[in-house]
Amino acid sequence: MASKISIDPITRLEGHGKIEIFLDDAGNVKNAYLQVPELRGFEKFTEGRPVEEMPRIVQSICGVCPGAHHMASVKATDAVYHVDPPPVAKKLRELYYSAHMIHSHIAHFYALGGPDFVLGPDADPAQRNILGVIAKVGVDVGLEVIKHRAYAQQIQALIGGKATHSVCGLPGGMSRAITEDERKDVEAKARSCVEFARFTLKVFDDIVLNNEAYVDLIVNGPYDMKSYYMGMVDADNKVNFYEGDLRVVDPSGVEVVKFKPADYLDYIGEHTEPWSYLKFTFLKRLGWKGFVTGPDSGIYRVAPMARLNASDGMATPLAQAEYERLFNTLGGKPVHATLANHWARLVELLYASERLLELAEDPEVASPNVRTIPTATPTEGVGIVEAPRGTLIHHYQTDDNGLVKKANLIVATGNNYAAMCISIKQAAQEFIKAGQVVKQGMLNRVEMAFRAYDPCLGCATHSLPGQTPLEVTVRNAAGEVVDTLRQNLD
Amino acid sequence: MGKQKWALYWAASCGGCEIAVLDVNEKILDIAAAADIVLWPCAMDFKYDDVRAMADRSIDVCLFNGAIRSSEQEEIARLLRAKSRVMVAFGSCACTGGIPGLANLTTKDEILDRVYIEAQSVVGNGHPVFPQPHTRVAEGDLELPVLYEEVSKLSQVIPVDYYLPGCPPTPDLIMTAVNAIATGQLPPPGAVIAGEKTLCDVCPRVKQEKKITRIYRPHQIIPEPQKCLLEQGLICCGPATREGCGAQCIQANMPCRGCFGPPAGVIDQGAKLVSAVASIYEGDTPESVAAMLEEIVDPAGTFYRYGMADSLLKRKRVGTAGK
Amino acid sequence: MSFEPRIIGILCNWCSYTGADLAGTSRMKYAPNVRIVRVMCSGRVDPTFVLKAFQQGADGVLIGGCHPGDCHYSTGNYKTARRIPLLKKMLDQLGIEDGRVRLEWVSASEGDRFQALANEMTEQVRALGPFRPAAPSKPAAMEVAALAAG
Ligand code: SF4
Ligand code: SF4
Ligand code: SF4
Ligand code: FES
Repeated sequence: MASKISIDPITRLEGHGKIEIFLDDAGNVKNAYLQVPELRGFEKFTEGRPVEEMPRIVQSICGVCPGAHHMASVKATDAVYHVDPPPVAKKLRELYYSAHMIHSHIAHFYALGGPDFVLGPDADPAQRNILGVIAKVGVDVGLEVIKHRAYAQQIQALIGGKATHSVCGLPGGMSRAITEDERKDVEAKARSCVEFARFTLKVFDDIVLNNEAYVDLIVNGPYDMKSYYMGMVDADNKVNFYEGDLRVVDPSGVEVVKFKPADYLDYIGEHTEPWSYLKFTFLKRLGWKGFVTGPDSGIYRVAPMARLNASDGMATPLAQAEYERLFNTLGGKPVHATLANHWARLVELLYASERLLELAEDPEVASPNVRTIPTATPTEGVGIVEAPRGTLIHHYQTDDNGLVKKANLIVATGNNYAAMCISIKQAAQEFIKAGQVVKQGMLNRVEMAFRAYDPCLGCATHSLPGQTPLEVTVRNAAGEVVDTLRQNLD
Repeated sequence: MGKQKWALYWAASCGGCEIAVLDVNEKILDIAAAADIVLWPCAMDFKYDDVRAMADRSIDVCLFNGAIRSSEQEEIARLLRAKSRVMVAFGSCACTGGIPGLANLTTKDEILDRVYIEAQSVVGNGHPVFPQPHTRVAEGDLELPVLYEEVSKLSQVIPVDYYLPGCPPTPDLIMTAVNAIATGQLPPPGAVIAGEKTLCDVCPRVKQEKKITRIYRPHQIIPEPQKCLLEQGLICCGPATREGCGAQCIQANMPCRGCFGPPAGVIDQGAKLVSAVASIYEGDTPESVAAMLEEIVDPAGTFYRYGMADSLLKRKRVGTAGK
Repeated sequence: MSFEPRIIGILCNWCSYTGADLAGTSRMKYAPNVRIVRVMCSGRVDPTFVLKAFQQGADGVLIGGCHPGDCHYSTGNYKTARRIPLLKKMLDQLGIEDGRVRLEWVSASEGDRFQALANEMTEQVRALGPFRPAAPSKPAAMEVAALAAG
């Protein structure tokens, strides 16, 4: 008897991902769908707004990675106004953005994705949260986590007025410079963040890498998928979050293309399905071939593991060493294991911390020249950054007066959406077998496939990444619901 | 006294309000000491049916963030209202509709057309594909919620006891609210947990009561750090915005966009701002009025940045009257 | 049934209201659609009044003040001369047609001018049709039902 399983915590609730799993007559998984059930329409209601207001407006797409939207947007407005911000402004932006990455990656590892590993996938769901992690690693460590996430937020608030929904970005630069005293304060915090990032990698070693079962799950679990990878790189092909070209490598790790942000439309297309509000991106040169993997499919992946795969290394020394260790441990580049994202995220945490420190140590970052007043007639511009959860694209066209005529947004999670659907199906096929009673641990493993991407449905809709409540509905071939399971069932 | 039961919930929200709760940092432990959080989808695993099974009014406080734009969100809001003794609209989206409320300047169909057909990156397969409430796939049926035509603030859907404004609310105000709730020292129902006056009343910048001869857009000038931004020609929503944020944007050398909503006594934030900005503009000739109109490029999107859903008219009128 | 527009006339005490009064006492016939609210000065016309009028069912709003230079509080009407056009620019973004809001200067002796204005605006708004505030959102269930039916 065929069935459908839905993962949906709160029946039909907007903004929460919903997984529908259909079983065949034998009770095996036939197909799985990850549905994104809401749309807010920023692409439309930003029309008519002055383009310089966009950095303040669009970040309400997502309060978890508002800094990424703020930066992608402000870079797009630079391009619209044909203005090059002064070097200090660029440094200040990258400094701000490094702090943003630190906040997000810490929150993800300790509060969202980490609990799966720290507590184990079969742990009691009631424990599988940040408080459970603190209980396991100790209150002292918990306080360190809180402290360093707070540092990252404070640095963003210092520069941006508010940590969440900052206001500092303007076409041509930044609204305010920082003082020498403020720079020193940031430097001290950055130093501490570097140590904390190293400590976090150690935690990962102790808990995950020293546990053979986990390593096995990462390397041999049903979580690997051969796909293309995309990420932003600097001139040396090192990972960069704020600025650079986009590089795509094929499933064997060979560069297939490197392009300028402004040319994204030549390379990236979006596919729509009637059963989801979120669109699916794909590589145009390969085309949309459906939900299939491999070198002929245009599906590519973004976010930490993809960024590492698409680059030749990290631009800071400690992170570079960790980069090498990761690839050595996991059998060389590229790594297709989806769960390796958690490790890659920590390598990036270290890079962001080191980069933050480098920038904060530079006395020039506290100099006052942070604005170039645009003079050219505004036209059109693209701004791309690597958001914590992957490549984020903002593209605006304006009239001569700088009022938005068209806005196109490709959010990080959209890039991974097709791959996420496939990963979920794979995990479901592995863990749901004919006649087998569906257990909580299985559901969590399906969800782990999803959570490893750290999907920001906040960007896609609005809920928080990682812990997006999910409901699994199992339906038989006749379409009847035979079971409804929630990842958070007791 | 037993521990209180709290619920945190989000509707059409960006998640920033939840991050704001984390931004109280180690005081989160105080919150944990004061209350059991029975529902917090973002940070804790929970079971929704548990809430349904609860007795009415058995949750002491519900902090609700996000606007309402679908039947499901409305349904959850009603359910939580029934289960909660105190309902707090948390953040600008819940209080006044917030940025998502700008969608009320367009229509749902326009949004769908833009996103799924017109968007430059969409590669049509010859025929447009829109999200559908029901889709028949090979294996069975899939459903999607249908969106409402417009965005509402929470109090347009259910009665709200308290308002905690801000996009997002500041950690200080969150702790003020938390302490008031935890100790039972609540203000009169309907109160806004922030100041009463306008942001201008507490703004650190110097005002000279001077008129302006032209409006600048924020990227067009580098304002002096000590002087009132409005008097330097930047549109600042401070004159019709409630105080309480600590002038955060102003400190970053950027004008206020009104996220704390209107101050006490102001019914319509946008209308008040029309009045305030027009009053400070110098010049009595038709030419100067025309210049002002030219310079203020987006009054609705600026004066109602966070308050479109809260405004007297609530949304753009669709269709021509009488037809 | 033919549509009779409801127009709210907000007139300053010293000029426009007196002008309207003159039209009345001189038995000049003008459209009864304009319901008059008297304020001391057009400078007292908060843009909120205009929105409130629409929200409560008005189809048009006519604001009247003293001619430039004649305001009894010296500059009240100059403020109005900036506020109302700015309000109208905002109302345009909200889909409200230009003809529904008018700002006019009418002196105490211009009874005939008031008469002409009232008639003209009534016809103008009649042509535009009823204002009808935006319809309240339909529950999604109904929309789905409608979709299903259609
Ligand atoms: S009020 Fe601001 S921070 Fe809160 S949900 Fe709305 S947009 Fe996000
Ligand atoms: S207008 Fe803005 S800058 Fe000026 S006093 Fe008010 S809040 Fe401060
Ligand atoms: S200055 Fe204005 S927009 Fe900024 S946080 Fe305060 S109230 Fe909100
Ligand atoms: S008194 Fe008539 S407009 Fe001021």
